[in-house]
Amino acid sequence: MSADWVSVCGVDAIEPGMAGTVPVDGADEIAIFHTSGGAFYALVNKCPHKGGPLSQGIVHGDSVSCPLHNWRISLLSGQALGEDKGCTPTIPLKIEAGQVWLDRAAILARAGA
Amino acid sequence: MNRQTSIPALRHADAKERLVVIGNGMAGCRAVEEILALEPDRWAITIFGAEPRVNYNRIMLSPVLAGEKSFDEIVINSAEWYSDNGITLVSGDPVVHIDRAAQQVVSRAGRIESYDRLLIATGSDPFVIPVPGKDLPGVVTFRDLDDVETMLAAAEASSKAVVIGGGLLGLEAAHGLSLRGMTVTVVHLMPTLMERQLDEAAGYLLKSELEARGMTILTGADTAEIVEIDGHVGGVRLKDGTEIPADLVVMAVGIRPNGALAKAGGLEVERGIIVDDDMVTSDPAILAVGECVQHRGACYGLVAPIWEMCRALAAGLAAQPKGYSGSVTSTKLKVSGVDLFSAGDFSGGEGCEDIVMRDAARGIYKRVVVRDDKVIGVVLYGDTQDGNWYFDLLRQQQDVSDIREALIFGQAFAAGGALADPNAAVAALSDDAEICGCNGVSKGKVVACINGGAASLDAVRAGCKASASCGSCTDLVERLLALTLGDAVEESAKTICGCTSFGHDDVRRAIVERGFRSIPEVMQELHWSTPDGCSKCRPALNYYLLCAWPGEYVDDQKSRFVNERLHANIQKDGTYSVVPRMWGGITNPRELRAIADVVERYDARMVKVTGGQRLDIFGIRKEDLPAVWADLNAAGMVSGHAYGKSLRTVKTCVGSEWCRFGTQDSTGLGVKLEQMSWGSWMPHKFKMAVSGCPRNCAEATIKDFGVVCVDSGYELHIGGNGGIKVRATDLLTRVATEEEALEHCAAFVQLYREDAWYLERTAPWLERKGLAWIKAQLYDDPGAVKALASRFLYSQQFMQDDPWAQRAAGDRADLHSHVGRITAGPPPGGARLAMEPAE
Ligand SMILES: Cc1cc2nc3c(=O)[nH]c(=O)nc-3n(C[C@H](O)[C@H](O)[C@H](O)COP(=O)(O)OP(=O)(O)OC[C@H]3O[C@@H](n4cnc5c(N)ncnc54)[C@H](O)[C@@H]3O)c2cc1C
Ligand code: HEM
Ligand code: SF4
Ligand code: FES
Repeated sequence: MSADWVSVCGVDAIEPGMAGTVPVDGADEIAIFHTSGGAFYALVNKCPHKGGPLSQGIVHGDSVSCPLHNWRISLLSGQALGEDKGCTPTIPLKIEAGQVWLDRAAILARAGA
Repeated sequence: MNRQTSIPALRHADAKERLVVIGNGMAGCRAVEEILALEPDRWAITIFGAEPRVNYNRIMLSPVLAGEKSFDEIVINSAEWYSDNGITLVSGDPVVHIDRAAQQVVSRAGRIESYDRLLIATGSDPFVIPVPGKDLPGVVTFRDLDDVETMLAAAEASSKAVVIGGGLLGLEAAHGLSLRGMTVTVVHLMPTLMERQLDEAAGYLLKSELEARGMTILTGADTAEIVEIDGHVGGVRLKDGTEIPADLVVMAVGIRPNGALAKAGGLEVERGIIVDDDMVTSDPAILAVGECVQHRGACYGLVAPIWEMCRALAAGLAAQPKGYSGSVTSTKLKVSGVDLFSAGDFSGGEGCEDIVMRDAARGIYKRVVVRDDKVIGVVLYGDTQDGNWYFDLLRQQQDVSDIREALIFGQAFAAGGALADPNAAVAALSDDAEICGCNGVSKGKVVACINGGAASLDAVRAGCKASASCGSCTDLVERLLALTLGDAVEESAKTICGCTSFGHDDVRRAIVERGFRSIPEVMQELHWSTPDGCSKCRPALNYYLLCAWPGEYVDDQKSRFVNERLHANIQKDGTYSVVPRMWGGITNPRELRAIADVVERYDARMVKVTGGQRLDIFGIRKEDLPAVWADLNAAGMVSGHAYGKSLRTVKTCVGSEWCRFGTQDSTGLGVKLEQMSWGSWMPHKFKMAVSGCPRNCAEATIKDFGVVCVDSGYELHIGGNGGIKVRATDLLTRVATEEEALEHCAAFVQLYREDAWYLERTAPWLERKGLAWIKAQLYDDPGAVKALASRFLYSQQFMQDDPWAQRAAGDRADLHSHVGRITAGPPPGGARLAMEPAE
């Protein structure tokens, strides 16, 4: 079954190298990252370590350094990189018509969690 | 696809089938050529074109604008081609209606044409940003020959042009207009030119090159309005208020597939006209091709995919379907003298490995992205010779594990299979082979230097200068060290991080001596091994540049830790704490009331008196920060920088004004120190204190800079620290007057700012350099204190701008708001998601 997409913002809303946040009623906030290389990723805005808001970290390459204790998290897989272990859920995302779209089912799955 | 064959043939038995083409452009005409090649006699063809001319090579409009080609040279299909192939060309008369039931099209002039098959190739429309003044005479897009003619006429008659959009089209327009003698400013919304095709590093090189040619490039610039003068374009005003005079404004911000006609005709259209792999639309009698289509979710803006589409279209039409499966595209910029190539995906991702090569001397940047032993993306600047080779590897998904080591050096090296052990290759170099191009050091000299006792990279750099400038030969020098000394090689002083072979001092010196002005420039010139650094080096470079070029360098928010970006302290639950400045620890009823109000209004969960004599308000959400600051500002309070690598607090005791032991006005001096130094960025946090007598109630001797007042004046102490490792200060000197105390403080702070490594507090810095060194810097030269202090005060002019007031006034609202919000209402019939606009 093909994914059911919900558009959240325009691609221009997030400067490359930064992240934007999308609160979800009754579920975890989502962070949308725009890397300086131009890629977009969406993750639950929570570090696997102690829940730090990843959206506020420094974005470099395809990873983000958590603002609380500097764990490095892969934007693609949500996995902690290097010595650290843990994983943040990723949300399928696509770019179309100048908009960022998130997978509705994945968001609902989080809402159910 | 058998949808096509279900169309009943409505024509006379021996008459040709009628093919009508809408769009006399690159895709339409190419499709006809492909169709004629497969089935020369099947169709009676009519082509409608909105433009009053034959088909020409649209991509060559750029060289026409630049004066490098004439229109005649770029015509693809001459009038003879149409007549030789029996094609009816209806030019200058666009189709305005498709009647699918009757299988007819109607042109603007009223011409009606029936079809058995219709082919839509309407290309795209330039996107025009909806700002006031967009329709003024003098505003043009860049899409067809008429646009070029308008621009050429403007270039004859006037002198200044603004190009909105720093993508491929915009830059080619800017280049052309600049060759035609106009003064050109490019206004680009994003921070990086051609951000879709280039990474930050290549974007920087391109920008420098275009600036060197006299263009002005404004990035991060958002157009607010096109200004009118006497009914004509007069200039462009940006959202930040900047106004750029212009007689011509070129809008080149992007294109939109032109699917309007198809949509009105009832075809399925999303971003573009939806087609299947044989380029058939939702109506089996209608095909579409070119920029106007959307295939498997993708729309294209380049010609290469169009050629592939046209082949698939003709094959499908001739009932020998081949199917089009999408394209990987590559881009080259057609600006003479600028070599730029980009293809595939270089935004990286899991398991991606970046291979980066930079040659600062020759202005070269190459980056190849490899995943699972395959090339998936490439960006080349300055040397694009191997572009096609990489593009081939990429498209064919070739396994590159065998040539991985030499991949970045290009085909000549890698494909030769001459992959000798790199150590052996270095060993084989002759003694006079040049190792370091910057300083002209031969292999013989490097080896001699090593044999003379230089056992580390640093020692070699110091001894013979090899690899001491741009660092691109570091690898060679390290191999020579290994070959000469084996295991006896010593580790060098620590580098900033894994992205570079240079240490903090090297980088700081290079920034000042070689005048580097931006992070991408430092990374390029010093051969960073990653495309955009990491969370260690970015903040360090940002600080070093800020310190070196006060008033000139623009702070890079992306390279700031969250606290400094949001001007508040992040707490473990993701909320923030806010500490307003209380000069010298003094407050008053008005400030206290404002703080109390904020605590109640924004539900702050705690207020705490800090060790630095301030009030800390806890539990503020990032969205509320600007409003909190506005309230605090209104009571006269500014940012306390409790979040920054910057001056934090000046703690004071009550001193001679109240205390029976006080020898001087410690509170007054504390306030003056704080007013002098607030807002300055430092290598690390910086705390001060002033005690009114040696009883030292303000604990001045565990501060970065502490003053202890005595009867004869002021004792100045430095390098103290509380925290994990407590260190008491060292006495720097004694001075007699407040003015001197202030001046010495400014000088010491500046010395620390200019010399220490990023994230090095004064205590470890002092221990690393030695008290004697610091004293020597300040006092050996009698003018040194004054010189350092005046550099500090000069830089402070630009720093003492309350960041809270800027944010409260709406600056960088994006940092404080959500980009969207998802509300999951549980309506009957299952869960639903609704979107609300961002707050
Ligand atoms: C200045 C410039 C430089 C470029 N440089 C490059 C480059 O370096 N490399 C690259 O790969 N690509 C480049 N491109 C893009 C390339 O030109 C396009 O991808 C290509 O032209 C698209 O072909 P098309 O047939 O789909 O559209 P077009 O070539 O635009 O043809 C569509 C035609 O349909 C006509 N039309 C539209 N509506 C109607 C209607 N209702 N009735 C009749 N006719 C209609 C239009 O007037 C137009 O003539 C460049 C484009 C421009 C403008
Ligand atoms: C006879 C000796 C002393 C007297 C009369 C004295 C008096 C005072 C007074 C009046 C204050 C209030 C100052 C203010 O409002 O800022 C004060 C604060 C303080 N004193 Fe002393 N003091 C003495 C010795 C000491 C000593 C020996 C220490 C410890 C080293 C000390 C540590 C402090 C501290 C930590 C403060 C609080 C400073 C702050 O506000 O953070 N005092 N003292
Ligand atoms: S340091 Fe000296 S002057 Fe200041 S409060 Fe303490 S005793 Fe009084
Ligand atoms: S919460 Fe992210 S590193 Fe600790």
